[in-house]
Amino acid sequence: MSATTRRHFRAEKFDFSSFFFTGLTGLATLLILAILAVILGNILINGWQGFTWHFVSTIPKKNFFDINTTGVLPMIVGTTIRVFVMTIFVVPIGVITAIYLTEYAPNNSLITKFIRAAVNNLAGVPSIVFGLFGLGFFINFIGKHMDAMLQNPSAVWGQPALIWAALTLAVMTMPVVIVATEESLKAIPPGLREASLALGATKLETILRVVLPQALPGIMTGGILAVSRAAGEVAPILFTGVAYYMASLPHRVTDQFMDLGYHVFVLSTQSPNIEQTRPILYATVVVLLLLTFALNLVAIIIRARVRKKLRALG
Amino acid sequence: MGIRRGHQARPVEWLAEKFIFLVSLTAIVMVFLIFLFVAREALPLFFGETNTALVQKPIPTADIDKLTPAQLQKYLELTPEQFAAMDKDTLKSLMDVKQEAQDEIPEEFRHDPDANINTTEWRYLLLPHQWNHYEKPEYIWQPVGQIQKYNIIPLLVGTLKTTLIGLLFAVPLSVGAAIYVSQMARPKMREIIKPTIELLSGIPSVVVGFFALLVMATVLQKIFGYQTRLNAFVAGIALGFAVIPVIFSIAEDALTSVPRAYTQAALALGASRWQTAWQIVLPAALPGVFAASVLGFGRAIGETMIVLMVCSASVMSWSIFDSARSITTTIAAEMAEAVSGGPHYRVLFMLGSLLFAATFVSNMIAGAVIQRFKLKLEGKR
Amino acid sequence: MPKLNPPEAKTNSPGSNTLIQIESLSLHYGESKALKNISLTLGEKVVTAFIGPSGCGKSTLLRCLNRMNDLIDNVRIEGSCKIGGHDIYSPDVDVIELRKRVGMVFQKSNPFPKSIYENVAYGLHLHGSKSKPEIAAVVEQSLRSAALWDEVKDRLHASALGLSGGQQQRLCIARAIAIKPEIILMDEPASALDPLATARIEELILELKKDFTIVIVTHNMQQAARISDQTAFFYIGELIEFDSTAKIFTNPAKKQTEDYVTGRFG
Ligand SMILES: Nc1ncnc2c1ncn2[C@@H]1O[C@H](COP(=O)(O)OP(=O)(O)O)[C@@H](O)[C@H]1O
Ligand SMILES: [Mg+2]
Repeated sequence: MSATTRRHFRAEKFDFSSFFFTGLTGLATLLILAILAVILGNILINGWQGFTWHFVSTIPKKNFFDINTTGVLPMIVGTTIRVFVMTIFVVPIGVITAIYLTEYAPNNSLITKFIRAAVNNLAGVPSIVFGLFGLGFFINFIGKHMDAMLQNPSAVWGQPALIWAALTLAVMTMPVVIVATEESLKAIPPGLREASLALGATKLETILRVVLPQALPGIMTGGILAVSRAAGEVAPILFTGVAYYMASLPHRVTDQFMDLGYHVFVLSTQSPNIEQTRPILYATVVVLLLLTFALNLVAIIIRARVRKKLRALG
Repeated sequence: MGIRRGHQARPVEWLAEKFIFLVSLTAIVMVFLIFLFVAREALPLFFGETNTALVQKPIPTADIDKLTPAQLQKYLELTPEQFAAMDKDTLKSLMDVKQEAQDEIPEEFRHDPDANINTTEWRYLLLPHQWNHYEKPEYIWQPVGQIQKYNIIPLLVGTLKTTLIGLLFAVPLSVGAAIYVSQMARPKMREIIKPTIELLSGIPSVVVGFFALLVMATVLQKIFGYQTRLNAFVAGIALGFAVIPVIFSIAEDALTSVPRAYTQAALALGASRWQTAWQIVLPAALPGVFAASVLGFGRAIGETMIVLMVCSASVMSWSIFDSARSITTTIAAEMAEAVSGGPHYRVLFMLGSLLFAATFVSNMIAGAVIQRFKLKLEGKR
Repeated sequence: MPKLNPPEAKTNSPGSNTLIQIESLSLHYGESKALKNISLTLGEKVVTAFIGPSGCGKSTLLRCLNRMNDLIDNVRIEGSCKIGGHDIYSPDVDVIELRKRVGMVFQKSNPFPKSIYENVAYGLHLHGSKSKPEIAAVVEQSLRSAALWDEVKDRLHASALGLSGGQQQRLCIARAIAIKPEIILMDEPASALDPLATARIEELILELKKDFTIVIVTHNMQQAARISDQTAFFYIGELIEFDSTAKIFTNPAKKQTEDYVTGRFG
């Protein structure tokens, strides 16, 4: 390149509109990052002091607004159990659906399209509608009929309960598991399936012995994402199982439970003195965030690793 | 060779395949059940089987045989199951109770025109009504008290207000950031920024609501100096926080999926990075960006906890600095106190069906747009 | 689990026993016809090479022999293909059993992301509950037959993905022969390998020929000439010429064959 063209090239390099709009979009990015930083920073700064061992290991008395004696053990337990029970239902169903879609479903058949459309729609249904569904279907329909069939003198199943909240959440998080599993199944080189089939393995054997072990990280990611999504959700459990206060931990699936997210809601909207209870509110938020963020982070890391590994293999 | 299988094929294989197929139908079944059961609870409202009129003409218990079972069931406001389970004596005593209830209505209500109307009729649900003691016809949602008012327009307005503010805030920011991350930022930066922004979606909405309530509301009030501390504006901005990751993520995917060949061609012609992004990439990815916004809209109207925590009063006002109550909020706040099977309960489920339908449609639209967009990029259209 | 049939009595002169009999076989991928009326007879313990320009249907025909084409949507097959006298497309055939008898090695080596040992043992686990030492013996024997034993015997439980390309391909061959098929199909097994690794695979094929019937697709004329007894030349879905390798390469009957064969030699 000659000196003249190089100078010419450099002269045109500064372009005001380019500079301006790059700056503008960059600013948008920065602003979003700043929002995230401010939210997290504010919560951590105000919340870390209240986050003590006593706080996370205490079952509070009826007046949980009392800043000295309160604790969040039942909420941690309730949230954990409801999410765990949910996983038992959603992971198998989600994984099997994903297996059907990638391994069995004929391409572009009507039923495949329907399933995909249903999964997409399920992902967009508002969480409060899941709550209504849980109330209308699980409690008022299934639960009431179970009570009638078992001839229970009073409602056992036909009332808000841990199991119904978990099932409602399972329906809600199904798309998360399906999409994550499908993604990881699709990333498995078709050559591996062919190799197995050419050795005389049946389709099922191929799936169980070759495909699923490979997809395991993806399935785990899906499960974790579902858990972290469900752990913070409040709307779907409002009418399906959460309790304002319970003196003891839940020990049957038909029990109600206390919940971290719902507790944040209660503490922020029903506190007799918001200034005074602010520390426990912040500390509760920290606990909730730690729970959901830790899960999210793990999922993101696993996904990144698996992608890198698969890229290296492919 | 022994490759024949005779007649018995592999039963396990066959069973497994059928089982997997059946399980995979769960998603379809669930969508169907959600629609069915949410709509089912709202159904009596659509068939005009709910009646909130305080003053009703009592039917003498002696006339029980003159009524058809259907009339009787409606008069006693029973569900078909409840009705089927009752014998004649129970029904008679219920009629007595109804009679007594009517007798006990305070004198003041007997002449109140509002006490004689069924407020769950469509005209009261949708049109303004001249209520007793009010100066002019008004839209009022007030489901408690002797005369329950179920006009859903304030809720629709509240939903629209908060949603639109949220989108006006979130769409430019997220699309701008998506352009920056996908087109301008170096790949290293991109790998850091993208997951970080997506981390925002990991913040539960109840935490966003909490933050808006305790921190943002105060700060924004100081900046803008408006009257009501908790209002649609605060709720809208907080909603924006919740939809930013949704819009950003999908828009960024769409922008990234525009083939490199386009960009490279433009850059080779001497276009700057910015010109390439604005004139080549963004137009090509526009359907994807649009779909992202539609999905953001669906997420925003369905969001419950944020609006529930930040504002609650159902006032009929278009001002963004007044309070607002959205559909989701109403359901969340009032379902617990609504009598199962009563008119209030039915109206709440009707709102739920409405919400379901709205998000269903916006999902369909976004899905179809993204599908076409992908086909177009693959050159199949 | 059905036991493998004892191998039928075999004569030692190659090609004297017909094993594979393809009769007017045509194959369509949806609308497009990939194989046109192919008829071909292959003998037992013979190495047959399929040659022809790329896209002429060599792989497609090969995959007909173990019905791997069943996995592709919209494939339609006419005509018949008999192995050991049975039409493998007749409805009473168990594809799984067929694939046990007809092994396959792919163009792109595709070891499972498991250990070397597990790769070879995979097929054994599938087909019958052999005892551990028995499996170990078969794994060793297969790896020896695939001329890989000496290179991997110290790291049998290391990941197969750590092997070089040529080693991976030989592992795939070991994996295929571990279940004792009668026929081995090879689809350009050496096309992705360097000359040294290719030479080793070729040696291996000459060795395996004693026990197996081999059908190999290759792009490499010299390779076909070196290792095969018979050669079939295909052109756009048609079988142009099929004869002994010596004849095809020195004195082909068809002009097309000669052009192709010499063109590559040139
Ligand atoms: N899965 C498939 N679907 C549709 N067409 C195919 C498929 N596989 C191969 N073909 C077509 O069939 C013809 C033969 O392919 P192939 O047998 O792979 O050729 P070769 O192995 O001789 O190079 C080609 O025209 C190819 O495009
Ligand atoms: Mg080929």
